[in-house]
Amino acid sequence: MAGPIEIRVEKVSKIFGPDPKLALQRVREGEGKAALLERTGHVLGLHDISLDIERGETFVIMGLSGSGKSTLIRHFNRLIEPTAGRIVVEGVDITTLAPRALRSFRREKASMVFQRFALLPHKTVLENVIYGLRVGGMPKQQARERGMAQIELVGLDGYDGHYPGQLSGGMQQRVGLARALATDADILLMDEAFSALDPLIRHDMQLQLKEIQARLAKTIVFITHDLDEALLLGDHIAILKDGLLRQVGTGSEILMQPADDYVARFVRDVNRARIVTCGALAEPGAAPAGAAEIAADRPVEEAFAALSQGEEAVAVRGEEGEAAGVLTRRRVLQALSRS
Amino acid sequence: MSGGFPELFDMRAVSRAIDGAFTRIVIDHGETLELLFLPVLRMLLAMERGLQALPWWVVLLALAGLAWAASRSWRIVAAVAAMTFAIGAIGVWDQAMVTIALMLVATLIAVLVGIPLGIGMARSDRMQSAMLPILDIMQTMPIFVYLIPFVMLFGPGKIPALLATIVFAIPPVIRLTNLGIRHVDPEVVEATRAFGASPGQVLFSVQVPLALPAIMAGINQTTMMALSMVVIASMIGAGGLGLQVLQGIQRLEISRGLLAGLGIVLLAIIFDRLAQAYGRRMQRNLKLGN
Repeated sequence: MAGPIEIRVEKVSKIFGPDPKLALQRVREGEGKAALLERTGHVLGLHDISLDIERGETFVIMGLSGSGKSTLIRHFNRLIEPTAGRIVVEGVDITTLAPRALRSFRREKASMVFQRFALLPHKTVLENVIYGLRVGGMPKQQARERGMAQIELVGLDGYDGHYPGQLSGGMQQRVGLARALATDADILLMDEAFSALDPLIRHDMQLQLKEIQARLAKTIVFITHDLDEALLLGDHIAILKDGLLRQVGTGSEILMQPADDYVARFVRDVNRARIVTCGALAEPGAAPAGAAEIAADRPVEEAFAALSQGEEAVAVRGEEGEAAGVLTRRRVLQALSRS
Repeated sequence: MSGGFPELFDMRAVSRAIDGAFTRIVIDHGETLELLFLPVLRMLLAMERGLQALPWWVVLLALAGLAWAASRSWRIVAAVAAMTFAIGAIGVWDQAMVTIALMLVATLIAVLVGIPLGIGMARSDRMQSAMLPILDIMQTMPIFVYLIPFVMLFGPGKIPALLATIVFAIPPVIRLTNLGIRHVDPEVVEATRAFGASPGQVLFSVQVPLALPAIMAGINQTTMMALSMVVIASMIGAGGLGLQVLQGIQRLEISRGLLAGLGIVLLAIIFDRLAQAYGRRMQRNLKLGN
């Protein structure tokens, strides 16, 4: 689904240190992250990142710690200022916003969910949820109604008067999610939002997010270091390493055509059959008459049954049932074999 | 110079210049300054008279009520009431009221000035590095050194005593306000910024409330230091329990000094208990959220 561009990142670089402009010059002349740190004491956060994020999609930014992913997401609401480059949201270059305009951008356009929840410990669940509305000046009664609706949406009915410290981690992050949804911003920035939760709860939250997303169709930027999470949630995935963008693509693209060794090693242990879609492997041509049919957006593993019953190929059908190519047994085995 | 240290400057001239300049300030601005601090003096005197005019049991009940409000514990209420009663029983009630008035007014002004200064330090590293040495000087410079100029400016009396007490007592509340705000979880502060809070909203909705236990600890220390200043302040006209101690020393009346000293100790314990109980209860309320 190629929607209109919601967030465009243009050649963004970020360097931490006393004289970032000078350090950036050195980086442009080819100095690497480690050399820069050793020679000048500057830390290269991001270098020359360009990305397009479509409206209504879930865009996952992935990388290990130190890759710059948390730095990048903080550029989208300017919690961190870029050293160079622009971030254009719906046609507006937010790097030029004055403080007042930036505050209303944060109140109305983009809200954020944090890894360690970052709830206000001295305020109740309801007060936390409506914090963004209240700093924007919404009257208490109106904010309260909106807040109660959000609390219900994330399944915390009856907890509105509790304090964050009385809730479990999973419940606290639901409060964080409700707080971000309450401002009705189009863009939801989620910084490792589920990383601090234990696996079962994390999976529940991932499913809940997908369900909420199906209803609200926000533009979600999701940061994670967990590849499974990235593949589950992301319409597109960007992979960062040492402040450089290594690859952007759909889950299938990244698994099937890794841009470099680093990405290839990263995705090596993933169960491809469950992620890669039939459409991504389909070859042009027509299937033999009488072959089984499968939809292009289904994972390859769903074609296994048909392929294992003696058929050499299955026909792939697109969204409207049109022919979208043929998926052969040879192609499947080739794609799934480890190189 | 017996050690043979070379005379680099003409320090006698420097000293003369300092003294001369200060004398001129006293002559030119002494009256203006006195006028400026007249409202403070009036407040202090009103407080003294008010406390002395109140029947003793009203003061006792008020302190017991404060203890209940701060601690919700009958044990602390009973202890505060008993100690207040003891102050009267050892015959230093009136002087104690004078001392309480000085301490309360000094603490009040120290808090009103100190908290904004502490907030300023927390928000600006430059201001912090400028203020820290000044605070160090205020806490290490022998009190008498700044007692002298205050007396020269205002003449012996309650105003210089009050100002000296404030200078001596204000550092803890400034330091702990600064520290408390700096130690507020940066992620929480970042979250409030991410939701579009202005710097003022961040300060008053998150930083100050979460720093409140530290700020209260600072106010508590400031109160204690103000109280410990009363004996010295009485040398320049503060009156109260300190004056009794001073007279006890001058007249070699052990009993007078001892009883007034005991009164000071009792006051210190009472106000320390009040502040600590309040701080503990506040911390418990915040704990809910941690």
